Amino acid sequence: MSAMVDEPPLLSVRGLGKRYGAQLGCRDIGFDLWPGEVLGVVGESGSGKTTVLDCLSGRVAADGGRVAYAKADGTVVDVLRLDEAARRRLLRTEWGVVHQHARDGLRMGVSAGANVGERLMALGARHYGRVRGRALDWLARVEIGEDRIDDLPETFSGGMQQRLQIARNLVTEPRLVLMDEPTGGLDVSVQARLLDLLRGLVEDLGLSAVIVTHDLAVARLLAHRLLVMRGGEVVESGLTDQVLDDPQHPYAQLLVSSVLQP
Amino acid sequence: MTTRYNFAYLDEQTKRMIRRAVLKAVAVPGYQVPFGSREMPLSYGWGTGGVQVTASVIGPDDVLKVIDQGADDTTNAVSIRRFFARTTGVATTTSTEAATLIQTRHRIPETPLREGQILVLQVPIPEPLRWLEPREAETRKMHALEEYGVMYVRLYEDITRHGKVAQTYEYPVMVDGRYLMRPSPIPKFDNPKLDRSPALLLFGAGREKRIYAIPPWTRVKSLDFDDHPFEVEHWDRACDLCGAQGAFLDELIVDDKGGRLFICSDTDYCARRRPAGEPGPGA
Amino acid sequence: MYVAVKGGERAIDNAHRLLAEERRGDPGVPELSLAQIEQQLALAVDRVMTEGSLHDRELAALAVKQARGDLIEAIFLLRAYRTTLPRLGVSLPLDTAAMVVHRRVSAIFKDVPGGQILGPTFDYTHRLLDFELAAPGSLLAPAGVESGGEGDRGPAPLPRVMDLLDREGLIESEPPSEPGGQVGDLTREPLTFPARRDVRLQNLARGDEGFLLAMGYATQRGYGRNHPFAGEIRHGEVAVSLAPEELGFAVEIATISVTECQMVNQFKGSSTTPAQFTRGYGLVFGAAERKAMAMALVDRALRVRELGEEPASPTQDEEFVLSHSDSVEASGFVQHLKLPHYVDFQSELVLVRDLRAAHGTGAASAAPDGR
Repeated sequence: MSAMVDEPPLLSVRGLGKRYGAQLGCRDIGFDLWPGEVLGVVGESGSGKTTVLDCLSGRVAADGGRVAYAKADGTVVDVLRLDEAARRRLLRTEWGVVHQHARDGLRMGVSAGANVGERLMALGARHYGRVRGRALDWLARVEIGEDRIDDLPETFSGGMQQRLQIARNLVTEPRLVLMDEPTGGLDVSVQARLLDLLRGLVEDLGLSAVIVTHDLAVARLLAHRLLVMRGGEVVESGLTDQVLDDPQHPYAQLLVSSVLQP
Repeated sequence: MTTRYNFAYLDEQTKRMIRRAVLKAVAVPGYQVPFGSREMPLSYGWGTGGVQVTASVIGPDDVLKVIDQGADDTTNAVSIRRFFARTTGVATTTSTEAATLIQTRHRIPETPLREGQILVLQVPIPEPLRWLEPREAETRKMHALEEYGVMYVRLYEDITRHGKVAQTYEYPVMVDGRYLMRPSPIPKFDNPKLDRSPALLLFGAGREKRIYAIPPWTRVKSLDFDDHPFEVEHWDRACDLCGAQGAFLDELIVDDKGGRLFICSDTDYCARRRPAGEPGPGA
Repeated sequence: MYVAVKGGERAIDNAHRLLAEERRGDPGVPELSLAQIEQQLALAVDRVMTEGSLHDRELAALAVKQARGDLIEAIFLLRAYRTTLPRLGVSLPLDTAAMVVHRRVSAIFKDVPGGQILGPTFDYTHRLLDFELAAPGSLLAPAGVESGGEGDRGPAPLPRVMDLLDREGLIESEPPSEPGGQVGDLTREPLTFPARRDVRLQNLARGDEGFLLAMGYATQRGYGRNHPFAGEIRHGEVAVSLAPEELGFAVEIATISVTECQMVNQFKGSSTTPAQFTRGYGLVFGAAERKAMAMALVDRALRVRELGEEPASPTQDEEFVLSHSDSVEASGFVQHLKLPHYVDFQSELVLVRDLRAAHGTGAASAAPDGR
């Protein structure tokens, strides 16, 4: 899907940077993201790709840069300069964050239904039956059986926990989702199923997403465009197929060529 | 009568500090105001917060009532009442109607309060989110940002597990539509008395060092779901001593065959209903 | 016929009378005097003063007597008394470098200027019950005790071992206090988080020795390890000085006995900053050395944030440690469970009976067992 020229980007990042003491996290990161687009950020561990995500979500404080986000009401805000209240509200409504480890993104001590319904209740939903109904809907959409709604996430498999995390985030129909290695640590067949699901949801909901992954196959399947990172900087960017089939930068070439062929 | 201690034990500076906290609390209903709680001659956990609040607002013309579990004669109520008798010389009473200042643990009197009365409640754990989030730094933020979703998650879980909310005392309330509050360990039976009470309700937590307040006529709503509305305890019987229905009843085991009596927890209320100390139907 | 329970007032009076009897014990046995407690149970008095936050040996001895030897109860008594005392001023910081030293040891050097002075310590005793002490008149100082030598009550103050390290730049310097700077006071303001170091140290000084000992021990066993060495432990007398506004200069108002422990901990350094040892600090009234050492271990553990380390253990969690260190608070809340809770319990009974009834009729939702 290509962007309309006159539509403003959903997310516009310029000069984003973060140092951890003497160590460089990321530097001079910039990109635009349009509604319905998925951006993949790929690179090896230590490339700074997770730092970029953490700066966007506010998990760490960026040293500098601008992250312009176009809200649903049409206003544009610099996310890095929002006060904490506004930022936390954004993360509960228009944005979603899917963590690599489901434990970081779920309440392990409450039922699947409560996990999915929490955002709704936080926003003022006060009808138990309806909250439960929406939770059932979403569990179905992420292919978790209805009969699991009252079970604790501890009893779910890794893939199911990840799907629950996705449901928990998507229930408020966010416009932008940040994902960190969403298929990390899952079996290959489970990964495939999850990727299929994600692709379907992105299309159905017109979601935008920034997906960090070291797995080029995941990038190929989900992302429209890619950023290749190394040593904290972007070394190449472009359409996914272009970057993966015809990489220009020597590092990108190395990365692509080192993928094991089945 | 001790002459070595100031009126009501605390020095004037401390009383002023506490009153400032009380005023702040009244200005922001349901918000927990931190205060420099002092070590009192009673143990933390035994009502020092309530005692400090009472000591700061009591005056020589007040008439003081002290109850615990609704009764004037339980040991801790006796101990606290004596403390104030010794350190203030103020008149004390067991009558809810005659009192101007009532310090209470775990109950609100059955007799409706009126304008001009102050009820001081003793609070062990002031923070309503404490069992969901142990860190104080985080709960303060949650209150500031009105992030109360997690409390509803708890209610949702209860309904899922038990078919109803399992919280029977210290039932969380929303004060003036803004702050989530823990009303001290009163049974949920007493929650409705918090809503638009004509009296001033003050809450003191000595060990946790917080004071909060519900000013008169403030809206107080117990948390619930539209399709699972808040409901109070009920008994299928009346008080065995005075015949009252719709009062909170204590259950007493009277013999080793499991025989029991149910009697009003509010001893003043019960006694008033029994003219001249006549025993009631269950005696 | 059921008669409502009354007579709480009388029960309390009788309980107090019984307590007074128990406190006295067998009238044939001589009654303890405050002087006996203050002199011969000096370490109990030291602890009560430290955790009671009040330096007054006689009052502490009275508290120990009134509390029948229960030190946490005695600490409570002293704290409650402290509440009634007017605040006249704040002393100048104690100068422990000018201490008249009775005991001073350092584990980090074999010898230090002024020497290793053992002082009166249990450390090298063999813990064999000495039945000779059972006989009256046995607590006499044995004759012919050697005078302790130069450093014992010598006029020249002993330089602090830490200052020697500091001069070489080997140990992090303590930031100098701002003149007239505000020092936090937990007896006036409630504890808030994150807590500054001055408030943390005050909390630890007042904190229960057993709790701090356990936390300190835990750090040594890997729960927040910080490689401690005992840089210096010194015990002796220091002057307390006050500079009243009216005078404009400092006046010495008292001499008190304290024990100070300075720990040398895990060094820190990077490519840009040269390595230095870090510190932990403990200070108590009297000779409560174990407490001073435990306090120093926990102080260092709680400094993780300011030293750029990641807290990994409850010993490094300041909310956890500082919220539960106070024996008066802990004792009050734990023991408050003895108070009547029958109204709340009644509410629970009603609910549980309801749930069981619903379960019996199968009306309850079939949810998994509650946790």
